[in-house]
Formats: sequence, structure tokens, C-alpha cells
Amino acid sequence: MTTGFFSSVDDVAERLATTGYLASPAVATTVFLADRLGKPLLVEGPAGVGKTELAKAVTEVTGARLVRLQCYEGVDESRALYEWNHAKQLLRITAGRGESWDETRTDIFGEEFLLPRPLLTAIRSEQPTVLLIDETDKADVEVEGLLLEVLSDFQITVPELGTITATRRPFTVLTSNASRELSEALRRRCLFLHIGFPEEELERRIVTLKVPGLDAALAGSVVRLVGALRAMDLRKVPSVSETIDWARTLLALGADRLDERVVRETLGVLLKHQEDIVKAAAKLDLDAV
Amino acid sequence: MSPADASTARGDLTDPSTTAPGDPGGAATSPGGPAAASPGAAAARLTGLVAALRAHGFGIGTGETVDAGHAVEAVGFTDRERVREALAATLLHGEGQRPVFDRVFDLYFPLGHSAAAETYTNTPADLAALRDRLADALTAGDGAALDRLAAEAVGGFGGYGSGPRSDGWSSYQTLSRLRPETLLARVRERLRAAPGAEEPEFTDRLLDDEIRRRIEEFRERVATEARRRVAERQGRDAVARRAVAGTADTVDFLLAGRAQLDELRRTVRPLARKLATRLAARRRRASRGEIDLRRTLRRSLSTGGVPVRPVLRRRPPRRPELVLLCDVSGSVAGFAQFTMLLVQALHDQFSRVRVFAFVNRVDEVTGLIARGSADPAGLGDRILAEAELTGWHGQSDYGTALGEFADRYAEALGPRTVVFVLGDARTNGSDPNLAALRRIADRARRVHWLNPEQPSLWGTGDSVAPAYADLVEMRPCRNARQLGSLIGRLLPV
Repeated sequence: MTTGFFSSVDDVAERLATTGYLASPAVATTVFLADRLGKPLLVEGPAGVGKTELAKAVTEVTGARLVRLQCYEGVDESRALYEWNHAKQLLRITAGRGESWDETRTDIFGEEFLLPRPLLTAIRSEQPTVLLIDETDKADVEVEGLLLEVLSDFQITVPELGTITATRRPFTVLTSNASRELSEALRRRCLFLHIGFPEEELERRIVTLKVPGLDAALAGSVVRLVGALRAMDLRKVPSVSETIDWARTLLALGADRLDERVVRETLGVLLKHQEDIVKAAAKLDLDAV
Repeated sequence: MSPADASTARGDLTDPSTTAPGDPGGAATSPGGPAAASPGAAAARLTGLVAALRAHGFGIGTGETVDAGHAVEAVGFTDRERVREALAATLLHGEGQRPVFDRVFDLYFPLGHSAAAETYTNTPADLAALRDRLADALTAGDGAALDRLAAEAVGGFGGYGSGPRSDGWSSYQTLSRLRPETLLARVRERLRAAPGAEEPEFTDRLLDDEIRRRIEEFRERVATEARRRVAERQGRDAVARRAVAGTADTVDFLLAGRAQLDELRRTVRPLARKLATRLAARRRRASRGEIDLRRTLRRSLSTGGVPVRPVLRRRPPRRPELVLLCDVSGSVAGFAQFTMLLVQALHDQFSRVRVFAFVNRVDEVTGLIARGSADPAGLGDRILAEAELTGWHGQSDYGTALGEFADRYAEALGPRTVVFVLGDARTNGSDPNLAALRRIADRARRVHWLNPEQPSLWGTGDSVAPAYADLVEMRPCRNARQLGSLIGRLLPV
């Protein structure tokens, strides 16, 4: 069962590019497969490489509706799947005083009293949907159990109503920062995609696209320097979003080429720890910071 | 030597078994014919790949293999990198598996090489010509050319032996003849001389490192090519199991080389983050449970005396203290350093962490490690240089070291202290001093001993592990994966 958004790998790359998301071959291939095989896509990678952006870009090019479940510690069934509207049920019971018990009972567990949460919304949606389960690793292990039924068969069982199966499979993206190891059972149901730092050429194109006014030669230098920083053994290496921030900073400062002074003064945009800045400055032969 | 009937297009898939003579190792699953494009052969190739990955400890189910088949069908065989990504997406469960996967993939879906590639013989003139072309390719950073050159280099300079069973291809021999690292200066000159780079730029200072990275990539290409050729000779399946190193976290501490220890060191922070999450979850769970009666009754007043919501007793957070006692002598140094860095990265989980190192004398190295987190690679050398660890000789002596620790640093131990002893318990024939370990165990809350040797070796030769194991819990801890799970389980909360 496919979601049927894309026709080929090249199609994915081209259409994502129109929204400003430049996909590497790995990303384009895997997105195409997730679409073609109708399997959820588990995206891992360091912060700031565009995991959530990917889901948004897919939503945009396909004109689908984005349903987002933001995971956090303590997110539970009633936040992720569905909840019964207790207050409304109470009102219904009080309103129908003369009714028999059987009438009331069958009525209060009906569609009208069900509050759909993101997962149920995405499953029941008639229109094309992108389901984004963000930061899955922040949720507790129990929530993974909930996700298993949803992700393998795209169905949800509500004891009082029966099983609700998706009429249209949502294009599902799960993101994770790997702060906790996700269970094998969950990984098994997903296609796995690791988005790492892009190749130099691709990152240069990303920077040029996101920071239009930037000189091409300067963009090249920016990307080379960031590449060198990533090769160092730092606490937190700069990500793509930091590269873009830095390029914007340079543009705002009116720098037309990198020199020692500019780099020294703006290194804080790229590196967020003092010890990293000291170390990088030493390796790059900057004067004392 | 290179497949004569191979397609000339780069990126095409060729079947190495068409030229594999004999093929002793992999007769069972190799397609065994030129028909790689036929469905049966493709399926056999895929299952062969999956079997090789399983041999490396990947948990791949049948369902995933079927998915991989669907995926490959969907992307087609025209682009090799797409096939690679399709298989990676369906078969892998984590980024740590990727290096092993890539190497195995290169064996089962090798690059097609141009039959018209220049052939070299092992003469100085040919070597110079090849080095010249290599310098060009490195200057241009042209991946396709580097692949071609790697193939030619292994073909021309990597072959050894002449008998049908004793010959082979060696990346080591190729690289030691070609010496690509000596091309650094030449490539730098050419890049500097390139048009458009007339004024000295700030980024020029990055040049050397970039060239070094390109050379390193070329070395990896040569290794891949040599493995491919050996696989033609000896069968893919055998080579995929033997010649591809496992993932970093399954490398035996005692056997890990320098490069593998470097790689392990890079995993310290992510591992520490995962352990911290796990410890926080355990701590949360441990603090649940007891009902606070007074506060429950008090709250029940608002619900008419019915205790709707029980209130649980809150425990004051008391973080435990940790003492690490590490043998840092040559044989187990890699293990000790990795663990020290891991514990240092976890230090905010404890009220106090103290680290002691010994060879045959004990010294405290807590400060050295805290300062050393910026430069973990040099940690071992600094510990040996700055701490007083050896007395009359340089061999490890557990008895003396434990005795000295119990005498000098008894204040480090208390009812909230958990002690980890790291070492192989090989005392070089001296007295194990069991009384000292007993004194340590009496004062501390718990003592765990992590031994990097496998249990079957405990007690052999000069190992006194069984004697120590009678007094404290001793567990084998042979690779980073085991260490991660042990620390996650044993650390007090």
C-alpha cells in the first residue's frame, strides 16, 4: 500500500528542491521508498540537520495536511491516540433522564464523544496526510508500545468502538535525536534514515539557497571552515543550521571574505561551548580569543 | 585480473563471481553465473548480503529482507548508490552499523571497472606515472578517478604470491609502495597554483587537513578494492565475515588497535547521554512507591474525605558517590581509559566521582581526567607521565596497589560509595593481598569488578581473578557494548 506522493527518486529530489529543501541522494532515495512501500520513516541525526524540516517539506510539495505529535517525557495514550470526552458524556447522561441504561450506554461511547488526538486524526483522515512524530526518543518506553500497532498496520483499536483502520495511509515520519535507544520492535517497523552533515558541495548549495545575498566564494570558504571544525574533536560540532546562521551573520556584518578578525569575532555563532571555541581557535591559529 | 566482461560504465553492477575461479568459500549463496540481473540471482545476492550482515551481529528478520527486495525493485539496479541507500534504509537499525554495512555492500555489489584501465607492472617508472595521476585526481577531488586509480594500484602493485592457494591482494603492500601520504606537498602546490587562488586566503590554512582527508579516503578505496579482489579469489561470504571489522562497540578492548580506540573515544559522549537518560529513568522509578499518609489524608479533605489521589512520599535526592580504581598498565590501558572518560562524562549524575589509577602504586587522577576531557587522546600518556604509578618495576601488582589504596585513601570510601575496580587481575606472580580488597569491600556500599578478559581465561597463568571474584562481584566486560549495559545496570541511583 503506497501513499503515492512521488513517482521516482528524481521526482522526490526535484520537488523537494522547489520548497528549498535540498535532499542528498540518501534522503531522496529513502523518502521515495517510504512513499512507495508505505512504511514509516525513522529519521535520526544530530540536531539542526533538517529532520523536522524534511517532514514539513514533504507536506508542502504534496499539498498534504500535517499532523504533528510532539513527544515529551510523560506523553501518554490520551495525548497521543484519543480520549473520551468525560464532561460531555456526563452531560449526555444527565440530559437523558428517562432513558434506559442500555440506550445511554451505547450512546455515550460513540463517535460524538471521542476526542481524536494526533495519531487517530492521522489514521482517520480522508485527505492526504503527513504524520510527524517528533522527538520520539523523548517519550517513555510505554508510548513506543502504543506506536507499534499504529505504525505496522496503520490501525487503532478503541475497545468500545472496535478497530479503526486507515483508509489512506499517512506518510509517517518519526524523528529521533538518539538520546535514548529506541526499541528494536519500533525500528523494525520503520525505514531507517540517518541524516548526517551534508557533503561540501551540497552544503554550499544549501547556504547559497538560504542566504541569497552571500558571495559565492565566501559561501565556499564558510562551508570549508565548518567542515574543518567538524573534523575536530569538539563537544558540539556546528550543524547545518549553524552554518546558515553564520553565513547570515557574515552577510549582516558586510564581510566579503574570511579573515582572522572576522572569524575570531563570530566563532561564537558556530560553537556553543567556551572550551570548543578555545580549542578551535588554537587549531586555526587564531590569536588569543 | 579485473573482470574482462565487466561493463565500462561507472556505477554499474557487475557480478564478480563470473571470474572467480574455484570459489571455494561461497558456493552455497553466490549466484554462480553471469546472470546477476535475473530475479533468482538478485535474490541470492541479497540473501547472501543479509547472511553476511547477520554474521556481524545485525538482527535482520525475514520481513526486513523481503522489504529490502521490494525496495531494490522500486529503485532499480541502474544506480549503485541508490541500491546502497535502499538496502541501508531497510536493513539497518542504527548509524553505528553503517561502516560495516558499507564494506559488506562493496563486496556483494562491487563497482564495475573499466576493462580499458591502464595496467601497471611493478616498476619504478610505472609507480611514478601512477603517483602522478593520483596527485592529479587528489587535486581535483574526483571520486570516480580515485576509484579507478585504486583499482589500478591494487592490480599493479598489490598482488603477491604465485601459487593458486597462496596468492592474493594486499592493500598494505599497495599503500606502502604507493605511499599516497607523501603526495601532500605536491597536491598543495597544485591547489595553490590553481587559477582563482592567487591571493592567500584565510581558508588556506585548512588546506593540509583537507588534502589529508582526501588521501585517507583514497586509502579506504584501496582497502575496499583489495577486499573485492580477494573476494573474487576466495569467495565473498568468507571475506565478508573475516576481512570486515565489526562495529566499534563490539571490538574487544584487549585487541583494539589505535584507530579503533580513537573511534571508541568518539562514542563516549553519545553513550554517556544515553546512560544519563537511563539513570534518570531508573531514579524516577526508584523514588516512586511509598504513600505519604499524612499528605494523602490532608488532600482527601477537598474530595469529601475520599482519598481520590494518593500522595507519594518524596525522597530527598541523594546522589551516590563513585570511586573508580583502574589498572592502567599496558595490557588493559585502552579499557581503563575508555571507562575513565565515560565516567567523567557522567560525572553530573553523582555527588562525587574520584578516579584512582595504579600499576603497582596508586595515585589519584581525578583532576587529570577532569582537565583532560578537552584532549582525550593524550589522556593515557598524561596519566603515566604525571601520576606516580610505578615503584621499583613497571609491572602491574594488584596486591600492593590494593593495599596502598586501602591504607592511603580509606577516606574515599563510605557507606554511599560504590567502587568499580577495572583490571584483568594479573598480578605477575605477586601476593594478591585479599585482605586489602576485603577491607575495601567492607567500607564501601558495593564493589564491582569489571574484567576485560573472558571468564574462561580467569585463573589461567598469573591471573588471580577467581580469588578476587570470591570477595567481590566480578563481571566480564570485553567491549563497549557490554560496558554500556553493565554501567547502565550497575550504577547506583
